[in-house]
Amino acid sequence: MNAPNRTGGLFSKTMLAFGFVFLYLPIFTLIVFSFNDSRSVTVWASATTKWYGKLLQDDQILTAAWLSVRVGAMSATGAVILGTVAGLVLARFGPFRGRALLQGLTTAPLVMPEIITGLSMLLLFVSIEQLVHWLFGWQFDRGAVTITIAHITFTMAYVTVVVQSRLAGFDDSLEEAALDLGARPAKVFFRITVPLILPAILSGWLLAFTLSWDDVVVTQFVTGPGADTLPLVIFSRVRLGVSPVVNALATVMVLIVALGVILSAILMRRQEQRRKREEQMAATG
Amino acid sequence: MNTTARLAAPRGTHGRLGPLWTFFFRYGPPRWSRYVVDHWTGQRLVIAVPYLWLGIFFLIPFLIVLTISFAHESPLDRPPYDSPFQWVYLGEGALKEGALQIRLMVHGYVQLITDELYWSSMLFSLQVAAVSTLLCLCLGYPMAYAISRASPTSRNIFLMLVILPFWTSFLLRVYAWIGLLKADGVINNVLLAIGIIDEPITMLKTNFALYVGITYSYLPFMILPLYSNLEKHDNTLLEAASDLGAGPIRAFLRITLPLSMPGILAGSLLVFIPAVGEYVIPELLGRTDQLMIATQLYHEFFNNRGWPNACAVAIAMLLLLVLPIMFFQRVQNRELQAARK
Repeated sequence: MNAPNRTGGLFSKTMLAFGFVFLYLPIFTLIVFSFNDSRSVTVWASATTKWYGKLLQDDQILTAAWLSVRVGAMSATGAVILGTVAGLVLARFGPFRGRALLQGLTTAPLVMPEIITGLSMLLLFVSIEQLVHWLFGWQFDRGAVTITIAHITFTMAYVTVVVQSRLAGFDDSLEEAALDLGARPAKVFFRITVPLILPAILSGWLLAFTLSWDDVVVTQFVTGPGADTLPLVIFSRVRLGVSPVVNALATVMVLIVALGVILSAILMRRQEQRRKREEQMAATG
Repeated sequence: MNTTARLAAPRGTHGRLGPLWTFFFRYGPPRWSRYVVDHWTGQRLVIAVPYLWLGIFFLIPFLIVLTISFAHESPLDRPPYDSPFQWVYLGEGALKEGALQIRLMVHGYVQLITDELYWSSMLFSLQVAAVSTLLCLCLGYPMAYAISRASPTSRNIFLMLVILPFWTSFLLRVYAWIGLLKADGVINNVLLAIGIIDEPITMLKTNFALYVGITYSYLPFMILPLYSNLEKHDNTLLEAASDLGAGPIRAFLRITLPLSMPGILAGSLLVFIPAVGEYVIPELLGRTDQLMIATQLYHEFFNNRGWPNACAVAIAMLLLLVLPIMFFQRVQNRELQAARK
């Protein structure tokens, strides 16, 4: 290694260390103070796990968490279905009339400020309510359904990007071959395309779930009476000040995410090794 | 021409659904159902799925916001506005004669310019976004550089460490800063204990806290595009420069920096665009006497029930962001095309 790399390397390595401290110190303090035996979240008294007990008895948080899980799972599933179709259309259908508009419509939610997405979705739901009331005289409340629809809309953009770029990475020779052999397009999609892009679909699902699970702004607009998701509950509590129960909740969530990431890393490595072994076996015959 | 489609509307259907009936009998089922059968083959149906969803839940809502931004405010109604499009009945007769009245109010837009509250918060949002983007760049560039120069194994670990916070709750990570920055928070306690300061510094609810919060939340968005750019750089260029006598700083300024410009642009826009419309971070960490534009919109909508004004603010925000967004898409497209070559 030569001189310019070394000097630049020292500075950038220091910054890298500093940056990781900056990224992880807050999470670390959250976890440490969830074990603190004092209402103040910032002055250390002694170690305790009582906040975890309080968390398990906190009905508001538990109900909200259950609602968030359901909304997250439903919207991630919806977003994956719509996003996969959109990604497929954009990557495989070639030029068609209105392709540019569809591309624009799928990427726009990515850059749209959340507050505008939330506002416009709420105004749509209000308009639909008015229209339904005027036509049929029905009343309906906003709640889990409207939250799910809003979440599907802004998360499907992310799934579309993931699926589209995955499809762009494959050439379509396998699909062409299947079509030549007489398989119908639907069969080709389910037997060839979906298995090929399954990793993208799975990571798209997780991404959509995380975004839905974490969303405050859009949800705050489109929610209705009694439909408080977990982020809404956390946000309203945190505004009032720090609370050790929230710290305990944060610790549990960080633990789950860390476990998931480590597990997926191990699985991916194992798969990689198996693939390499199989390639070697194939090579040696 | 399909004659059955031209049936007159049956008498006595002038109720609420009257216009719908008229439409149905004039352009009736035979014509468009045959069109669907003839033209909408499998592929078109598949294209229609995302189109329909995004049309209903993204395009139409946007048009509604645009319409309401021109509406007349009427705070006592539910919803609190009069639509700019009103169907006015002109006379009573066997057939009610009506006309569409369009009344565009620009009060919301005028207020944006005349009311200091709005344009100051808009300028403040731009300022906050610009400063945070700069901070992200100053911290993220060296980090991305160091990661791109690391060995492959540690590179993957570093990248995972950059992405990991993204999977954990954004709200809780911002919350963590309250505990750090409070008057009796961790940072103040540590500084007091060491003896650097005698009394706690006010950090929470200041611009400093806001900058820190936004930089912290969006740092990964800066690092990742920068990394994917820096990783592709050809090291032999730097070696050639040093062989020809260029110092490390000169080599960096003349080679690495210009080459990484697309990454810098993409990362900066990925931080700047969402930072302008940020709501949660200023609400938890920022000043209460100087609001950002998203918070202003929120107050106008929920606290003042000024829907037309809130919609005008939303449209103005979009106009503010149109240039950066278009710029971002151009940068992205250029990168994509370069990748294909």
